[in-house]
Amino acid sequence: MTGFRTLLYKEVLRFWKVSFQTIAAPVLTALLYLMIFSHVLEAHVQVHGIAYTAFLIPGLVMMSALQNAFANSSSSLIQSKVTGSVVFVLLPPISYGEFFLAYVVAAMLRGLMVGAGVLLVTVWFAVPAVKAPLWILAFVVLGGAIMGALGMIAGIWADKFDQLAGFQNFLIMPLTMLSGVFYSIHSLPDFWQQVSHFNPVFYMIDGFRFGFFGVSDVAPEVSLTVVGTSFALVSAATLLLLRSGYKLRS
Amino acid sequence: MGVAVAIDRVEKHFASLQALAGVSLQIEEGEFFGLLGPNGAGKTTLISCLAGLSRPDSGSLTVLGHDVVSDYRAARRLLGVVPQELVFDPFFSVRETLRIQSGYFGIRNNDDWIDEILANLDLGAKADTNMRRLSGGMKRRVLVAQALVHKPPVIVLDEPTAGVDVELRQGLWQFVRRLNRDGHTVILTTHYLEEAESLCGRIAMLKQGRVVALDSTANLLARFAGQTVSLRLAPPAVLPQHLAARATLVDGSCTFHLAGARDIEPLLADLRQAGCVIEDLRLTQTDLEDVFLGVMQSAGSNRSRC
Repeated sequence: MTGFRTLLYKEVLRFWKVSFQTIAAPVLTALLYLMIFSHVLEAHVQVHGIAYTAFLIPGLVMMSALQNAFANSSSSLIQSKVTGSVVFVLLPPISYGEFFLAYVVAAMLRGLMVGAGVLLVTVWFAVPAVKAPLWILAFVVLGGAIMGALGMIAGIWADKFDQLAGFQNFLIMPLTMLSGVFYSIHSLPDFWQQVSHFNPVFYMIDGFRFGFFGVSDVAPEVSLTVVGTSFALVSAATLLLLRSGYKLRS
Repeated sequence: MGVAVAIDRVEKHFASLQALAGVSLQIEEGEFFGLLGPNGAGKTTLISCLAGLSRPDSGSLTVLGHDVVSDYRAARRLLGVVPQELVFDPFFSVRETLRIQSGYFGIRNNDDWIDEILANLDLGAKADTNMRRLSGGMKRRVLVAQALVHKPPVIVLDEPTAGVDVELRQGLWQFVRRLNRDGHTVILTTHYLEEAESLCGRIAMLKQGRVVALDSTANLLARFAGQTVSLRLAPPAVLPQHLAARATLVDGSCTFHLAGARDIEPLLADLRQAGCVIEDLRLTQTDLEDVFLGVMQSAGSNRSRC
């Protein structure tokens, strides 16, 4: 297990050394979203009977956590592939399971740190209630793990930074932005409500928000099932890629 | 002494290119073994297969009896590889890099050995310097240190002295020689043939994915024993056909391999008779470079004629 622990330590140290970019910057971005949207909508919108600013905060926390979990594993892998330093983690006797776990846990930890940072700076605007902390924890951990694993797939698949940017901008960004972070899907037309139900990130945000307010668009048990299944599928795909050595071992 | 590395009929293709065409080798424990060949001969592919960076299409490779595919954890623990490419992780200092590499191999609290490696590779003063701030030669030495950090019994050095200055190269070889004396098996690929000649007890030469020579360095030198005459002819000299067939063009000079000093006079007589005027003449004992060129040519290369 020393190999796994060291790889995890190295992955955490990697983003911690550039924490201004990897933690502080996304916290500031989320803060700007909150300031703009709450300024425009606070007086006009309530969701599930909750003031808009309070409703928005958990969504921003989760969105930031998810996006940064993805960014962590994907950027680490593509950087080490492009520079060739990936060889340092391919030569040692680290199993593909340990490899997977180290990258996913590091990604999740960065997601948690960014999420905690966003929560910390936004509570000045509104203090959301915490009705069910275990639901909060379950969704942020599982959501971070899914995005960490997806980041691994993207990092392994991409040969160039622009391919990774395509994955991030045309898949991850729309999935997270259109997942009910800024609104309840009940405010959408029927068609888009149905489309939202095919977005697994919607269930992550909705379940996470349930932990704060005790109300959600769908039952949290349903969300947990969807999120848990998504985690199993993405993990299986990532492990298969790692076992085959796809684009890592020629 | 047992077998340190056994390579059995290893084949590897990259699309239509056959990088390894049934390579078989056995390297004994404690050997200092040279793997030579021109660019594209398959040396790095063979090392990559040994290190688990590439997967062979067929054949098997073992390190101290452990198969590199089915028993990869044990095999990799016994192997230290210095990669050819000058790669580094820009986030960390030299010491952090070595501590992390130790941890990957399951070794914690390895600072005593890390300090010893740093001292031997003249990196002590740079231990806390970020990798980005090191010169190319220093980065190369850190790569060597990373390969040695888990004290592997088998060390593979893939062109470790490329870009390293003479003084540091000597220091590196002293250190590697000491490791070899201590029982470590060393496999070296290099384009500096004088290094291979002075360091390696046995040498394999690869060409187009095949082993074209495998013998002790002494036997290889003896096989091509004799002298080499390099001639630069005044233009517009044209060698007669029977001499051109024996000569090789090396760096603008026509090179003849002779069995002994007594063959020099007939060669000069033939040149005089053909009206060739000699501008420069050098006579050297056969070295590994001549052996290398001889083996590569006899293995069917497109040699340049004079």
